[in-house]
Amino acid sequence: MEYVIEMLNIRKEFGNFVANDNITLQLRKGEIHALLGENGAGKSTLMNVLFGLYQPEAGEIRVRGEKVEITSPTVANDLGIGMVHQHFMLVQNFTVTENIILGAEPKSGLQIDRAAAREKVRQISEQYGLAVDPDAKIEDISVGMQQRVEILKTLYRGADILIFDEPSAVLTPQEIQELIQIMNRLISEGKSIILITHKLKEIKTVAHRCTTIRRGKYIGTVDIDETMTENRLAEMMVGREVNFDAEYSKANPQESVLDVKNLVVKDSRGVEAVRGLDLNVRAGEIVGIAGIDGNGQTELIEAITGLRKPYSGEVYLNNKPITNLKPRKVTESGIGHIPQDRHKHGLVLDYSIGHNMVLQTYYKKPFSKGGIMNYNAVAEKAKKLIEKFDVRTPSVDTFARALSGGNQQKAIIAREVDRSPDLLVAAQPTRGLDVGAIEFIHQQLIEEREKGRAVLLISFELEEILHVSDRIAVLYEGKIVAYRDPKETNELELGFLMAGGKKEGADQV
Amino acid sequence: MKLERFYGILIPILSIILGIAVGAIVMIAGGYDAGEGFYQLYYGIFGEPYSIGETLRATAPLIFAGLAVAFAFRTGLFNIGVEGQVLVGWMVAVWIGISFDLPTAIHLPLALIGAGLAGALWAAVPGVLKAVFHVHEVITSIMMNYIALYLTNDILRRYIGITNERTETVKESASLASTFLSELTDFSRLHNGIFVAVLAAAVFWFILWKTTLGYELRAVGFNKSAAEYAGMSVKRNIVLSFVISGVFAGLAGAMEGLGTFQNMTLNASFTGVGFDGIAVALLGANNPIGVVLAALLFAGLNIGGLSMQQVGIPPELIKIIIAFIIIFVASGYAIRLVIDRFTTKKDMAKTSKGAGK
Ligand SMILES: Nc1ncnc2c1ncn2[C@@H]1O[C@H](COP(=O)(O)OP(=O)(O)OP(=O)(O)O)[C@@H](O)[C@H]1O
Ligand SMILES: [Mg+2]
Repeated sequence: MEYVIEMLNIRKEFGNFVANDNITLQLRKGEIHALLGENGAGKSTLMNVLFGLYQPEAGEIRVRGEKVEITSPTVANDLGIGMVHQHFMLVQNFTVTENIILGAEPKSGLQIDRAAAREKVRQISEQYGLAVDPDAKIEDISVGMQQRVEILKTLYRGADILIFDEPSAVLTPQEIQELIQIMNRLISEGKSIILITHKLKEIKTVAHRCTTIRRGKYIGTVDIDETMTENRLAEMMVGREVNFDAEYSKANPQESVLDVKNLVVKDSRGVEAVRGLDLNVRAGEIVGIAGIDGNGQTELIEAITGLRKPYSGEVYLNNKPITNLKPRKVTESGIGHIPQDRHKHGLVLDYSIGHNMVLQTYYKKPFSKGGIMNYNAVAEKAKKLIEKFDVRTPSVDTFARALSGGNQQKAIIAREVDRSPDLLVAAQPTRGLDVGAIEFIHQQLIEEREKGRAVLLISFELEEILHVSDRIAVLYEGKIVAYRDPKETNELELGFLMAGGKKEGADQV
Repeated sequence: MKLERFYGILIPILSIILGIAVGAIVMIAGGYDAGEGFYQLYYGIFGEPYSIGETLRATAPLIFAGLAVAFAFRTGLFNIGVEGQVLVGWMVAVWIGISFDLPTAIHLPLALIGAGLAGALWAAVPGVLKAVFHVHEVITSIMMNYIALYLTNDILRRYIGITNERTETVKESASLASTFLSELTDFSRLHNGIFVAVLAAAVFWFILWKTTLGYELRAVGFNKSAAEYAGMSVKRNIVLSFVISGVFAGLAGAMEGLGTFQNMTLNASFTGVGFDGIAVALLGANNPIGVVLAALLFAGLNIGGLSMQQVGIPPELIKIIIAFIIIFVASGYAIRLVIDRFTTKKDMAKTSKGAGK
């Protein structure tokens, strides 16, 4: 069997911490090879080694049978290796074409030959069915489209080995379907793909083989065929049986905690994104908001949490108006917020994980006394949270930037849940988490509910919404168009409602 | 992380060496004796107690100006207006110094506080404009420099009184001068300001890394959206950062007004202290210890450069060296790439051998 990539006995250390310990991964030509492992297992690190961003302490890399030293991404590019990162690297106010040629500008004389570049972009886009508009500005296109621009960028540079680091974590279910088609198209054109994902279903759907690593160590490589089950994959990953269909107790809703009345919120361009929305969440229940991305989710969350001023309407928390309060006052009146964009809002990446754990409480005792910080108390608190929520980090002093994506997310959840707010607004709380961690987070949400707190869950994954919600509110074009009982509905019906479909019968639960 | 710190120190040092190397090349190209030139430079800094005293004397305002730029930078702001803040601080310090009759224990602190407040007030203008109207602070702070230059001249003439282009000398009770330090250094103009400056560097560190305000300021500097999410007022922090930066800058002026010159002259053009502060902050990596060391270096080069004239080398050569040091630090990213190339080559050699056995 011909291998296009062989990573043999790779070891990568960060200080005293071993992120990759003797890992082997062999990629066949024309296959989609899944790389599976818990949050912090060392997947991104291994791929960064392959892409030349990190130098391994030991081990050897062979590309198309030849031993190579990949000392920088430029070398990786020359070897035909391209990477689509977990977090995109695009210039917001540049066009698609400009982003793609950045650093590899085609020249005619001293001038950049834009027309030629544009044409090539268009042609590649067509060849692989990417449907990318070469002239669109990055800031105006959807996340899914931005990802395709990243894919196009690697193809433009002649990559035939593609690394995808959690491509589906940021996508809506529809976009994931499109991505799967694109990946199949890519291998049919002779490319080979390494795919990192936490979604076992995706592995079952597209991957040919799967390599698993656990806490930096190589576990094994298996073929993905009919006999392979999601349960077995999960077991390989975490090293014990995973309970997928935990049944949760019934909710016992009490008095109303959050009341949103006739809320209108405009988006950054001044267009009404939330249009007269009514919503209520009671103590002791989890309300899930189902909706296609772009139907006002972001604006609704920001209006509730004080990050955006509503245009009109009211928001009440425990029957007290909080409509125009500043974020600090909103937080103090009893709202916790797991933000959708963890890098933009959730973390100060250049702060240590310890500093980040008190981002909402740093000014309170015991962390701050008389204007002086007590960083010992901060570290103590952080250590407790890290332990309780199993955040995998070398230490409390590690920069948040250096944590794996999933562990960054766990840190935010730990911080917000720990304050046990009356209302917890959880936007895509399990994005990028491994199956074990997802189960754990869901349990935390249920526990909050049992304590009599209210939870507002926003997720693009219907499975998640159906699994943990006590009540589902369907959001369409800035309004709640229907309520459903999760026991009496299914993905099909929800999908229909989310697309603006109307059904006769009662819309209230 | 360790690597980061290593680069943080290596790049400035490498830049200094490269800058001096360029200086040597320029001297040789200009037909001067580079060896003799550097000997004179060295002698001009360390050769006599007097030159050591003058170097330290010139260090004090540079420390303050460097701290001012660095402080704003830590909050993600560019305070290019240090020069103007130095001028207003200088003027207010001198005005208080000559207009009151008070015991030293009150007069000197009062003059220093006045200078700091004047700088703060001057810096608050770009701060407020940025926070409230989103006007870019670089533009407004540069404009404030010009306003300061002409306004201070006008106030000096109109209200404070000028003879022979300069004000009266400040009262002894407001002066930073120290007979002890001066005599120790062969009657240089060295004054107590250097102690105040080192103290200020400690205060800089304390505010940013020990206080709750510092936690906020740095968070705002790193990520405004996350700071907002955490309930911090980004506007308030922008203004505060400028104000504190302005206090440092105003005190740089006080070093000149109460220390070096004991008066204020009409300025036909900028003093340059504020602009040097940008270079000091850059070379010092916005770190208080780094700023003190960088200020020492620039002061030394400026003072030592004067002696190079004795072998006919124009003191402008020092400006060239300083300029190149700054260029090299600023292109630190490029230097880093070069270092990376070297180190990874070595690393790979090691691992290939390791894997071979
Ligand atoms: N630059 C770094 N410095 C120190 N530690 C690091 C650095 N980069 C990664 N690590 C650590 O190495 C471990 C592996 O991280 P990595 O990003 O490879 O995980 P991952 O498998 O991609 O996880 P996820 O699924 O959450 O993205 C983590 O514990 C992380 O904290
Ligand atoms: Mg990762």
